[in-house]
Amino acid sequence: MSVKHSLLALLERGPAYGYQLRAAFESATGNTWPLNIGQVYTTLNRLERDELVEAMPENDSGQRPYRITEAGRRQVAGWFSSPVQAADRPRDELTIKLALAVTTPGVDVADVVQRQRSATLRLLQEFTRLKAAEDHAELAWQLVLESMIFRAEAEIRWLDHTEAVVARADLPAPSPFGTGDVPNAADSADRERTPVEFLEEKR
Amino acid sequence: MTVLHLRGVSRVHGAGENAVHALIDAELQIAAGELVAIMGPSGSGKSTLLNLAGGLDAPTSGEVLVEGTVLAGLNKKLLARLRRRSVGYVFQDYNLVPSLTAAENAALPLELDGMSAGKARKTAISALEEVGLDAKQADRFPDELSGGQSQRVAIARALIGERRLVLADEPTGALDSTTGEEVLKLLRRRCDAGAAGLLVTHDARHAGWADRVVFLRDGRIVDSSAPLAGAETLLEGAQ
Repeated sequence: MSVKHSLLALLERGPAYGYQLRAAFESATGNTWPLNIGQVYTTLNRLERDELVEAMPENDSGQRPYRITEAGRRQVAGWFSSPVQAADRPRDELTIKLALAVTTPGVDVADVVQRQRSATLRLLQEFTRLKAAEDHAELAWQLVLESMIFRAEAEIRWLDHTEAVVARADLPAPSPFGTGDVPNAADSADRERTPVEFLEEKR
Repeated sequence: MTVLHLRGVSRVHGAGENAVHALIDAELQIAAGELVAIMGPSGSGKSTLLNLAGGLDAPTSGEVLVEGTVLAGLNKKLLARLRRRSVGYVFQDYNLVPSLTAAENAALPLELDGMSAGKARKTAISALEEVGLDAKQADRFPDELSGGQSQRVAIARALIGERRLVLADEPTGALDSTTGEEVLKLLRRRCDAGAAGLLVTHDARHAGWADRVVFLRDGRIVDSSAPLAGAETLLEGAQ
């Protein structure tokens, strides 16, 4: 999650100091991703260093508000107009776990799938309950909640799919490091060429 | 109070080598106020379970109890009466009688049970009101109602009078997602108001409305999920 861009987007609404920014962020996202105030100030310092925001004079109660700069506005516009890249998202532990489960001897894949499905469905039940309780909640929070519901739903569908595919597949008894022999130095001449070597030979 | 109780219920089709075990030793209790979802791939026993719960099929072993009455102990006539009075079905394709209005459809189980037409109509009108249909809509025929409205009529009919057990088989299958969600919300509300619901669905989003989700695999209940303690734990998990 980009704290930097989130804060910039909030500052585009008008100058604000750290605690106001934290409160605005949390209210927009229904406290789903609590921000720590230290993180807010560190980020503001970095934004100031990069000239994306500027500090204003302290107010009477000793709070220092920040104001977005022209360069900052351009950053926000760029953030909103570009898709989130797959590489910006954290590695998906569940996908990795299942990829390893189907290639690790002795793992009951169906059991791994069912445990996860049960846990994710439980989460989905809770999200649904929250949604039912907050029928007239703020639009931003409704969207956050729906996003979590869709994600849980997608995960369960993917698990159903995985289960069906695994049930159909004749899983071979996997060797610990795949089917290939572990290469050793003696036959390194036979190893596959890297793309760079391949191009060099061609030249 | 337990409205539906499956006690070690099995259903085998055929015998010997060709025997198909459609349901194996199923244990399930649903109390008034509870909505339970059944999930599982096709052929896992979902429909068998639903048919046994509604007395449309009889178990090979074990017992099905509806409001404390063992179904196997009833003769045909008594079973039919129990089904009229205690159990309602909601199907994917609504199954409304096309030549009857919404109110007449909802009143049907009461009239079959011997209630006067006037009294049955009055009860039906208020049952339709509970599912969000007004007096004007009550006099429409099924082909004049939208899918969502038809399913509302079906839910009203399923829970008319003293009926407290609603068995829903993919009730949102024919509806778009928003309308489907409305129907699920309604089912949830009817359960909150004291009904017991058994919902068969393949859709996790819809199962999310249930208090419990039971997973079926090859005729066996392999797992069931109850919700977590509360919203606070949930938000920690989402970080």
